Amino acid sequence: MGVKGLAYRGVKEIKGSLLIVEGVEGVGYNEVARIIGQDGVERLARVLEVGKGYAILQVFGGEIGLQTDVVVRFEGSAFTIPVSDEVLGRMFNGRFEPIDHGPPIISTDRRDINGAPINPKARIYPNDFIQTGISAIDGMLSLVRGQKLPIFSESGLPHNRVIAQIARQATVRGEEEEFALVFAAMGLKKDEALYFIDEFEHSGALERSVVILNLADDPAVERLFTPRIALTVAEYLAFELEMHVLAILSDMTNYAEALREMSAAREEVPSRKGYPGYLYSDLATIYERAGIIEGKKGSLTQMPILTMPGGDLHHPIPDLTGYITEGQIILDRELDIKGVYPPINVLPSLSRLMRSGIGKGKTRDDHKDVSDQLYYSYKRGVRARELARIVGEMGLSPEERKYLEFAEAFERRFVNQGEYENRTIEKTLDIAWDILSILPESELVRIHEEYVKKYHPKYREKASKPA
Amino acid sequence: MVIKLARIGKLVRISGSVVEALGIEDITIGEIVEVGEEGLIGEVIRIFEDRFTAQVYEDTTGLKPGEIVKGTGKRLEAELGPGLLNNILDGIGRPLELIKNLRGPYITRGVKVNTLPRNIKWYFTPTVKEGDEVAPGDVVGTVKETESVTHRILIPHGIRGEVAWVKEGKYTVDQPILLVKNGTNEYEVTMKQYWPIRVPRPFETDGRLPLEKPLITGQRVIDTFFPIPKGGTAAIPGGFGTGKTVMLHQLAKWSDAKVVVYIGCGERGNEMCEVVTEFPKLKDPYTGRPLMERTVLIANTSNMPVAARESSIYFGVTIGEYFRDQGYDVALMADSTSRWAEAMREVSGRLEEMPAEMGYPAYLPDRIAEFYERAGRVKVPGKPSREGSLTIIGAVSPPGGDFNEPVTIHTLRFTGVFWALDADLAYSRHFPAINWLKSYSIHAGAVAEPWAQSFSQYSKKILGWWERKHMGFLEYRKTALDLLGEAAEVESIARVIGEASLPDEQRIILLASEILKEGFLRQSAFDEVDSYCEIGKQFCLLKLMIDFYLTASELIDRGVPFERVRSMPQIFKMMRVKEDPRGIEAIRELSLEIRGEFQKIAREYGIEGVVVGS
Ligand SMILES: Nc1ncnc2c1ncn2[C@@H]1O[C@H](COP(=O)(O)OP(=O)(O)OP(=O)(O)O)[C@@H](O)[C@H]1O
Ligand SMILES: [Mg+2]
Repeated sequence: MGVKGLAYRGVKEIKGSLLIVEGVEGVGYNEVARIIGQDGVERLARVLEVGKGYAILQVFGGEIGLQTDVVVRFEGSAFTIPVSDEVLGRMFNGRFEPIDHGPPIISTDRRDINGAPINPKARIYPNDFIQTGISAIDGMLSLVRGQKLPIFSESGLPHNRVIAQIARQATVRGEEEEFALVFAAMGLKKDEALYFIDEFEHSGALERSVVILNLADDPAVERLFTPRIALTVAEYLAFELEMHVLAILSDMTNYAEALREMSAAREEVPSRKGYPGYLYSDLATIYERAGIIEGKKGSLTQMPILTMPGGDLHHPIPDLTGYITEGQIILDRELDIKGVYPPINVLPSLSRLMRSGIGKGKTRDDHKDVSDQLYYSYKRGVRARELARIVGEMGLSPEERKYLEFAEAFERRFVNQGEYENRTIEKTLDIAWDILSILPESELVRIHEEYVKKYHPKYREKASKPA
Repeated sequence: MVIKLARIGKLVRISGSVVEALGIEDITIGEIVEVGEEGLIGEVIRIFEDRFTAQVYEDTTGLKPGEIVKGTGKRLEAELGPGLLNNILDGIGRPLELIKNLRGPYITRGVKVNTLPRNIKWYFTPTVKEGDEVAPGDVVGTVKETESVTHRILIPHGIRGEVAWVKEGKYTVDQPILLVKNGTNEYEVTMKQYWPIRVPRPFETDGRLPLEKPLITGQRVIDTFFPIPKGGTAAIPGGFGTGKTVMLHQLAKWSDAKVVVYIGCGERGNEMCEVVTEFPKLKDPYTGRPLMERTVLIANTSNMPVAARESSIYFGVTIGEYFRDQGYDVALMADSTSRWAEAMREVSGRLEEMPAEMGYPAYLPDRIAEFYERAGRVKVPGKPSREGSLTIIGAVSPPGGDFNEPVTIHTLRFTGVFWALDADLAYSRHFPAINWLKSYSIHAGAVAEPWAQSFSQYSKKILGWWERKHMGFLEYRKTALDLLGEAAEVESIARVIGEASLPDEQRIILLASEILKEGFLRQSAFDEVDSYCEIGKQFCLLKLMIDFYLTASELIDRGVPFERVRSMPQIFKMMRVKEDPRGIEAIRELSLEIRGEFQKIAREYGIEGVVVGS
């Protein structure tokens, strides 16, 4: 890479990943620099603050081994990466250097990895239903093209398998085109990352995917770049090459921890749990990079994954994520222990864009009502189950017992499915009707009568019987 | 206008959205500066010896020490006049449509555009004539800005005298329409005026009027149980996904306000896109015109510069006051005020100010109070004599959904209505997830602060307004609230012993509250019929359910088993009748049916003299 701009020798202070350089001039805020140490290793750095005659830099690639006697070269611009259609099928590290033995990407089209906010006036409201083949998602948390829908998980839960299944099966019905995949790993273990790459390879998705890897033993501060590089590539694919892109960012918790580390090094006033007060704005500059833009054929759908520290939904990372994304899919340890796969707890989960993507002409006319009814009934079933723990099943009213039975069926038959089972939305809704018929018809208060008449097994059987 | 000479300084430090400069001696706090070669908009927030600090409303990447900073002598002002409605502006008042036309789909920095369109000629119809005396706030003419709203042109503050000439006809906002003479001074008046956004627009001394009329929202849980008056303030706090935005959208759509200002402050781009896509297609239930015609949108999405998030709130409220001053009822929604508070915290952090609670600056409560203080029903200055109101509704996004945090706590101190969103309700898809036990509208005497006193006044007045429209309303409302309260107690018992073991008179409480929750309180924003519920229908529904409850309780008291009541087929219908497109007629029909069924039950059990409803 051509190094241009100003070079200085020697820094005043090294404090964690922060470098303070004095005597500099003409350096811009947020600009990138390269640090060349005595060990010959070249590291990237970013300007966090500039003043008269000094600059504070954050070093990527690890400060271990750095001495004050280094050469600092300022690049004269923010961090940019070259983009072209050659990125497809390639693998890069957290600094966008190839790690697949392929040639570097050469292009005059260089893009600032920080991106720029999409003008809300230029957005198109997403409403194309994506069928993932997973009932809990398609039926109750429908994903649409251009949505940002994260998975909240805990360590040890099968979020990787779920996301791989989504990547494998996601289609927009009536369109042949498959999603291009952009996968950013942040602080993942090597075997986790390899699992994805294997998956992509086996499903034949590798040549339409781009992988950006920052593994657990790679420098933590590079994680601050990784998702931004991935999304810059994803935006290029979606809005220049007009592809439909699914970006998977895993694990955002590692990202946020890297941000906290940097903030602590700068001695900033922390907000909750030591995370900086700007964590919300910072995460937003990542998550908001999804959507559909007027006049462009492509779309960018984002599925970040994060593990909730201590399984706590109110921890700042899931909390602030939930405040930015368009819903959340929550995996639940209890369901996992019960052997339910995917262990999605639909009650606290949500897809905010669902309603625009479902219904007549998109999925099926009864979809919304059925999903509302499932939520309501399952919630009552869960409540009955809690009660049964106290008073015993015999202490339940007949009605409550029905709900209890419903909740079991909901988990075992509707949510639970095979890792390679790809259900159509019709199949999903039919299963829903089957289990709803456990309840008396008068309990189906959230379904319009016309749909009960049309889809309830009781009436369907009648209709199909010859007169 | 006083024109100051160009004053130029130099940047010495850049750290995020905050920059430091020196070299302009007479710089003032609140002055707008143009920063760097691209002239990014900044506002001076601190002066220290020869240096000053400014917050910059655009991305500061690449700014270097040594670049120039220009003082403009102006404060951060809103440009006010025809062209605000049906528009979407960013946090410093730039139309997003123009930015898009200039820069494409992404917002890049350094765009300089006016708030009001300069190419449109508006037809100005004067209401004053040559020789009239005019003073600030006087209406001098009108412009039919949209079919729904006639824009009244006001004499700007600081101008008074005699009308030397006035012109009817089509003009742009730059062209003078009126000349005011005062001795040797002459002022050319155009259809636009400016106002510094951080300063409340004044109203007459002692001009605050009592809050008497409810803002009708068409949302049952609000209008019936926790109403907000025109000119009042409300807070709607809740964790993520509990329904703040949907509720604010509902209020923006269905409130009986003349003008709606909606501020998307640090929230999602797609939500603003949704409003822009949806509102032009929806009809205002009061005028039948597209909703966009009465709406001003302000958008600073979560990924836009944080300083402009702080200013977006002030821009919005200034525009709201301006329409109030025309004599209109204005409703303002801010989603979310927490992001505004966080923006303050971020800037404060960069200034290395001493933080108070959770990193927020010590002046946070003052800022929140000042914001909600700008609401009210007032007698506005100028002739003809008129009143206007500005209602402010703020969403609050407490971390972890826990209301015990600074922004929620301080907001509740300064707002009169509290709609508490509840994650548990949201999880079972009971929307709006407003908790009926925790919410309040101006609890009389609940808080011993002066504002509570005035609120208890308006509470009485609003309920009085209802009672005049629908006799018996107060009694029904009270019975309903009591029922919900009792049901909560019974539920907690049922959670321990099971519902089946409850006595019949408690089971009917559970059943009746279930009907009320499902059939009245739950109101889907996305149901074509039920999204908006006019108040006559609200009353009919409430009456239907409460009459059922009272009669059923009486029958059970007199020996009818609960299960008999439970088996009434009308119960299911009560839960659904709100979505019947026939509206009140369907409710009447159902109530007759219920009456018949009750009479049948009474006969079965040989009970006489049961009165069913009225
Ligand atoms: N009145 C309502 N009717 C029907 N559905 C609703 C209603 N209110 C909320 N919802 C459902 O809940 C979802 C979340 O609501 P909303 O986006 O308003 O939450 P929020 O409180 O603004 O969350 P955040 O703080 O993350 O912005 C909606 O997408 C919708 O599915
Ligand atoms: Mg919201």
